[in-house]
Amino acid sequence: MKARVTITLKPGDLDPQGRAIQSALGGLGFAGVEAVRQGKVIELDLADGTPEADIDAMCRKLLANTVIENYRIEIA
Amino acid sequence: MKSAVIVFPGSNCDRDLAVAIESVTGTAPAMIWHRDAELPEGLDLIALPGGFSYGDYLRSGAMSARSPVMQAVIRAAGEGRAVLGVCNGFQVLTEAGLLPGALMRNAGLNFVCRDVSLRVENAQTMFTAHYDAGATIRIPVAHHDGNYVADAETLDRLEGEGRVVFRYAEPVNGSARDIAGIVNTAGNVLGLMPHPERLIEDAQGGSDGRAMFEALYAALG
Repeated sequence: MKARVTITLKPGDLDPQGRAIQSALGGLGFAGVEAVRQGKVIELDLADGTPEADIDAMCRKLLANTVIENYRIEIA
Repeated sequence: MKSAVIVFPGSNCDRDLAVAIESVTGTAPAMIWHRDAELPEGLDLIALPGGFSYGDYLRSGAMSARSPVMQAVIRAAGEGRAVLGVCNGFQVLTEAGLLPGALMRNAGLNFVCRDVSLRVENAQTMFTAHYDAGATIRIPVAHHDGNYVADAETLDRLEGEGRVVFRYAEPVNGSARDIAGIVNTAGNVLGLMPHPERLIEDAQGGSDGRAMFEALYAALG
């Protein structure tokens, strides 16, 4: 089975990289880019039957820093 | 004083830290590889060095914080032993949950590598007792991820409890409330982004960092 973990910065956190991307898009002539937030996607190949609770624990213990990040798990 | 410097793959200030400790205390620290699950008996000070452990993979300090040695460091911190985290060491301490908050990409996106002015906000810790409260000192920084963040409640608690030990006296990296270094509730764990070990004798262009090691030596013997 495969799981995809999407990690995003919490809404209140300043995202300097997102701001830089926004500025670069503006520099390329794309008008109207009002905000950019950068996150990351982690794809996991897992043994069939891996409980979702285990994947959640992986997120909390390592994959995401829940002080600054939210995460979302999708199981394919 | 019995001390140890933890060495992670990608640490690059471990020897500087060892030289600073030995220069002040006369005793070389044990260099402990991060895979070791046990620390030497009777340590007074455990130092986590700067560098780019694990290439900053995932998040700065994230992988190192889960190294086997960190469980022993967390236990030692709980026993009240002094723990000092410099730069990447500070990032490891936040990732390990020994200090609150997190260190994010510098607000200006640039790697900042220069001497900065710091204000000593709390001179009553075992790390800072040899500085004057409110003194301004110059210590180098060298980091990409030094932008300290925490929620407002945590920041207020840190301020209220005198746990903001060092504050930038000039714009550096966008840190919340210009925080450069904090201690834990018990006061035995300090994390800071600037590098006191890089300025311990005049031949290095200044010696404002030396007082931290002298204070630790005085406090811990």
